Amino acid sequence: MTILQSFQLAIKSILSNRMRSVLTMLGMIIGVGSVIIIMGMMNAVKSSMLSEFSDFGTDTLTVAYNPIGNRVVTEEDLYQIVEENKELFKGVSPTVESVKNLSYNGHKLNGETVRGVAENFLTINGAKVKDGRFLSYSDVYLRQPRCVIGTYVANELFPGENPVGKVMKIDGEDFTVIGVRAETAGSQKYLADDVVLIPYTKAARMETGFITSCVFAVKDVKDVNQGQTVIEDRLNELLGDKDAYYINNMASMLKMLDTIMGVLTGAIAGIAAISLLVAGIGIMNIMLVSVTERTKEIGIRKSLGARKKDIRGQFIMESGVVSGIGGTIGILFGVLVVYIIRLLAHIDAKPTLGAIIISFSVSVGVGMLFGYMPAKKAANLNPIDALRSE
Amino acid sequence: MSNQEKGTPLILLENIYKIYEMGEEQVRANDGINLSIQKGEFVAIVGKSGSGKSTAMNIIGALDVPTSGRYLLNGIDVSGMKDDELAGIRNKMIGFIFQQYHLLPRLSVLENVELPLLYAGVSPAQRKERAMKALEKVGIADKWNNQPKQLSGGQQQRVSIARALVGNPSLILADEPTGALDSKTSREVLTFLQQIHEDGNTIVLITHDNSIALEAQRVVRLKDGKIIFDGPSEEYRKVQVNMQ
Ligand SMILES: Nc1ncnc2c1ncn2[C@@H]1O[C@H](COP(=O)(O)OP(=O)(O)O)[C@@H](O)[C@H]1O
Ligand SMILES: [Mg+2]
Repeated sequence: MTILQSFQLAIKSILSNRMRSVLTMLGMIIGVGSVIIIMGMMNAVKSSMLSEFSDFGTDTLTVAYNPIGNRVVTEEDLYQIVEENKELFKGVSPTVESVKNLSYNGHKLNGETVRGVAENFLTINGAKVKDGRFLSYSDVYLRQPRCVIGTYVANELFPGENPVGKVMKIDGEDFTVIGVRAETAGSQKYLADDVVLIPYTKAARMETGFITSCVFAVKDVKDVNQGQTVIEDRLNELLGDKDAYYINNMASMLKMLDTIMGVLTGAIAGIAAISLLVAGIGIMNIMLVSVTERTKEIGIRKSLGARKKDIRGQFIMESGVVSGIGGTIGILFGVLVVYIIRLLAHIDAKPTLGAIIISFSVSVGVGMLFGYMPAKKAANLNPIDALRSE
Repeated sequence: MSNQEKGTPLILLENIYKIYEMGEEQVRANDGINLSIQKGEFVAIVGKSGSGKSTAMNIIGALDVPTSGRYLLNGIDVSGMKDDELAGIRNKMIGFIFQQYHLLPRLSVLENVELPLLYAGVSPAQRKERAMKALEKVGIADKWNNQPKQLSGGQQQRVSIARALVGNPSLILADEPTGALDSKTSREVLTFLQQIHEDGNTIVLITHDNSIALEAQRVVRLKDGKIIFDGPSEEYRKVQVNMQ
């Protein structure tokens, strides 16, 4: 028998016992479906982590520090570090992070990131302004109540309107929107486009009055660690205490993130493997029942000249096709669920092609592997006994 | 006539023993059978239940091998063959007709008849053509697309005869082919067997029923695994009463 013939035979046999076939497939559907869903969610997690970082790329070092008694770090100190290491640093911007409620013309956004930055922040994080302009030196110097907003904020607060020139409220205080930053993370909530940038001088006023963090950008990504050393040396000098500051090295964070994601993916792959194993055992079980039930058929086929490999091939094919169909249904189901989650939760959940290809081939493979034992049992049946069975 | 004049027999059983060990006891299902059947003969193997007919049929049909002895089918020694070799012999040289028809319920009539050709590796187009011809021969071609269960017992048996004939086997082996049929339909099937015998087919018919055995040209009677009569059916008709 050719492959095509045994494939047709398998389809026929599957169709002729629909209920059982569906039950056989169930394990595979659930197994493969959950792999697709988990991998799709992982994609969202990874994408959100990466875009969170993309506001402060791998070429940046974010620094947080506290005054120790009368030993402080001033803005001048920060600029001096850059000035003295021009070949190393692209620039530095003091940053003041806060969470505020925004509103405009009846539209409200609560708990938004409002980031106080300097006029060179765009160069530092490599972003662009889409409409209007960015904060200027004088905006910063004069603590102007002006802001540049991310595309998510623009879409939510100013639907169908050009925000530039409009006056919005940040915790009740009037701010004029002078620009909209170009999209960097799909205009999604919680990601980099969900932000309001204001002069850090203004932000400091609205908070404690102190500036306790900043972000440096290096000219070349591979100099990040050298840059960190330079900053550390200077802060040690200024504050005299290693515990008084903390430097976040994005490159090493990203590396760590990759490691965590790797471990997580491995763990999920393990769970997936177990669920597919369970599905495989289910298939083996049902195929064994099927062999017992179809002993007579096997006897008839053998009496008519079917060789062992014909019978074995028939059952392996059947089990492979059943779980392949189960896998395909599982993939469709998983993809559907991932898109529903994407729509409902507004996260970047996306079924990955890799997960689809792997789950399909694994499901067919598992089916054939676990179908082998029952198929071998069928192939080794004695035709006389098989014919006699009822 | 001597054996030489008749040429190589189609079936040659030499000292065939089939012995089942049942714990302490030995069951000699076939106890030294010697039998030679020529191409074109119509032979009935008859005997009471337990006499060893099925055992003999399994060996002749290459479904089983003897414990000892030699079985030549068309001059080929089948007695020591492995499973897959036996499958090949069954596929190419033997057409089975079973008491219970043994049609596959989920296949159409045509697909059932195609099965031996499928395992012989015949192309789909050829399979269909030859199976259709075989169905025409048994007068049931119009039912080709039916499921077996939609047919009467007699019709199903005809399908199984078509399946037995489709591969042009050297031997048609019929195991109680009328056992499940009423007397009128049995008559039809027997007439049909005689007809395909006249077409030149070699037929071995297994039965427990003397009256059916008498439809053959030659009768072989088994008792306790041994042949106690082997001769033309006219002769068997005279002595059968002593054989019960
Ligand atoms: N597989 C087997 N194991 C043990 N004994 C068997 C087996 N097959 C047949 N026999 C015995 O061999 C004898 C002949 O059986 P069988 O060939 O089936 O006779 P028949 O077909 O004429 O009724 C019987 O006594 C039967 O019980
Ligand atoms: Mg019997």
